[in-house]
Amino acid sequence: MSPRTLYDKLWDRHVVRDNGDGTALLYIDRHLIHEVTSPQAFEGLRLANRQPWSVGANLATPDHNVPTTDRSHGITDPVSRLQVDTLDQNCQTYHITEFAMADPRQGIVHVIGPEQGATLPGMTVVCGDSHTSTHGAFGALAFGIGTSEVEHVLATQTLGQQKSKSMLISVDGKAPAGVTAKDIVLAVIGRIGTAGGTGYAIEFGGEAIRDLSMEGRMTLCNMAIEAGARAGMVAVDDKTIDYVKGRPFAPQGALWEQAVADWQDLHSDADAVFDKVVHLDATTLQPQVTWGTSPEMVVGVNQTVPTPESFPEPVRQEGARAALKYMGLEGGMPICEIKLDKIFIGSCTNSRIEDLRAAAAVVKGHKVAGNITLAMVVPGSGLVKQQAEAEGLDKIFLEAGFEWREPGCSMCLAMNADRLEPGERCASTSNRNFEGRQGQGGRTHLVSPAMAAAAAIAGHFVDIRELSS
Amino acid sequence: MEKFETLTVIVAPLDRSNVDTDAIIPKQFLKSIKRTGFGPNLFDEWRYLDHGEPGKDNSQRPLNPDFVLNQPRYQGAQILLARENFGCGSSREHAPWALLDYGFRVIIAPSYADIFYNNCFKNGILPIVLDAETVDRLFRAVEAQEGYQLTVDLEQQQIRTPDGEVIPFEIDAYRKQRLLEGLDDIGLTLQHADEIRAYEEQQQRQRPWLFDQ
Repeated sequence: MSPRTLYDKLWDRHVVRDNGDGTALLYIDRHLIHEVTSPQAFEGLRLANRQPWSVGANLATPDHNVPTTDRSHGITDPVSRLQVDTLDQNCQTYHITEFAMADPRQGIVHVIGPEQGATLPGMTVVCGDSHTSTHGAFGALAFGIGTSEVEHVLATQTLGQQKSKSMLISVDGKAPAGVTAKDIVLAVIGRIGTAGGTGYAIEFGGEAIRDLSMEGRMTLCNMAIEAGARAGMVAVDDKTIDYVKGRPFAPQGALWEQAVADWQDLHSDADAVFDKVVHLDATTLQPQVTWGTSPEMVVGVNQTVPTPESFPEPVRQEGARAALKYMGLEGGMPICEIKLDKIFIGSCTNSRIEDLRAAAAVVKGHKVAGNITLAMVVPGSGLVKQQAEAEGLDKIFLEAGFEWREPGCSMCLAMNADRLEPGERCASTSNRNFEGRQGQGGRTHLVSPAMAAAAAIAGHFVDIRELSS
Repeated sequence: MEKFETLTVIVAPLDRSNVDTDAIIPKQFLKSIKRTGFGPNLFDEWRYLDHGEPGKDNSQRPLNPDFVLNQPRYQGAQILLARENFGCGSSREHAPWALLDYGFRVIIAPSYADIFYNNCFKNGILPIVLDAETVDRLFRAVEAQEGYQLTVDLEQQQIRTPDGEVIPFEIDAYRKQRLLEGLDDIGLTLQHADEIRAYEEQQQRQRPWLFDQ
């Protein structure tokens, strides 16, 4: 057999029917479900009198709408409540495993999949959410789908797919201290642009990627979609297998041994050919901060906000002008002089235990600056929250003046009560800085957890590498 | 799904690149559990001067007179002319639902985000890709002439302009057929149920842990 990429191997493993024209019917091993993109799919199933094809392949949790404050009285917003209740009812009707709001295992769907071992190497993982690319960190083929496809997966356990082109993004050399997975992926998006990966499945490789922990790899793959690629992935290695071992949904005993043997092949062959290869030098990277309204509008923390004239193409100049106006910034301003109003540490990108540890390490012994009106930490799941509390991280945050919340998507997209007011400026560990994403008129700067924490303490952006030295 | 038939309709130009699905339909409207009713909130933050919420009477809200869809000359438009990377961001199918509910059946742009592109076909919307130069030319033509209409003929894979120019476009044969016939994907896939079962049996032998749940 000719050498294959990891993507080729994952694709080949799941072909139910090859249509011979670059499209195929692919089998879906794992389907994750949340409350926003599933109600219309279940309704479609019901109207057509269909049943889920494989009930056990599904795992559900409410995350987008859930309050992150006291939940003892349920959800106040009736519209949000109806959507969460609808998920509960659908899961009951069809016997789908759900970690409901009161369950300690509830959390952001892309945090709980890996946490439970429901995401395994070699799987196809889909969810009605674009950040499903997260699960590619496990050497899985994982991508976001729309609601019609959610219904299709429920009814048939398959999806008709067009095979993507393949792209290798090799991040070479060691990343300097203070440069995290978030900074690497923001730098990648800055390089190739938000449409740079459109039509591609991206494999991340190179020393700086191999050096990342599994949680770092999840952060990285999570944002593949912000580069336009539906799927991002990293080859399986010992870290992958160690992470999965012993998790509730992971295979045990003899099946575990058999699975581990099967996963050894989940990497690109040495001489596999990619449609496109991009190299990035990790050794020169800085912590990254976005300045505009698209994740590709990003610079190093020691740089200045670019001027529109610094872009060669008229379309990008115009984009930069509109972004600066929306963001209330001037070209030429040093990033470190940007003052903030709110701090958000959370989201499917950066709400896992290592993220909270990194932020707490910066915060410890300090107070949130006077100009920060709200600094909040939203753990990615109930279990992450428990773990953080066991380590005393909640106390570090609370003593510094942060709020310590219940798990959910929260202010990443502001579907619940957590949001920015018009004109407010936020350092956020989330994934999108689109206009209005965190609340109408809100201004988002995407950063790593340590950078967000440092900004909370200083009241403006600071280079975390200077704090540690 | 409604069959796609040849249209000759008004074109509305949305001259912005990277229009994301948050802009197409802001998140507060994603709380609906229905597929319809999103049209009045399409491009909500650009279209209205106040902040929209589900349940608000949209007919009473102040319109942004500068936003293209609010201009009288573009009322009734069923083709949206857009710039590159249209529909980027979230996977929400509410974006094509909102476009469809508003009345758009065709989008013309140089490029689309993958998930959005896919979602359009599931809802009877035809997203046409044309090169940036042609799109640019169409923008100028639309803006120059009030009431500018284009004919979109999916069968022939052609756009026809008022002055008789024919602009061909590419589309995957399978998707074209589905749009023309208004076919249900799930029904088509279930015709292969035996193949799905055969695949599962083979996997069950080779990778039993995938079914041990």
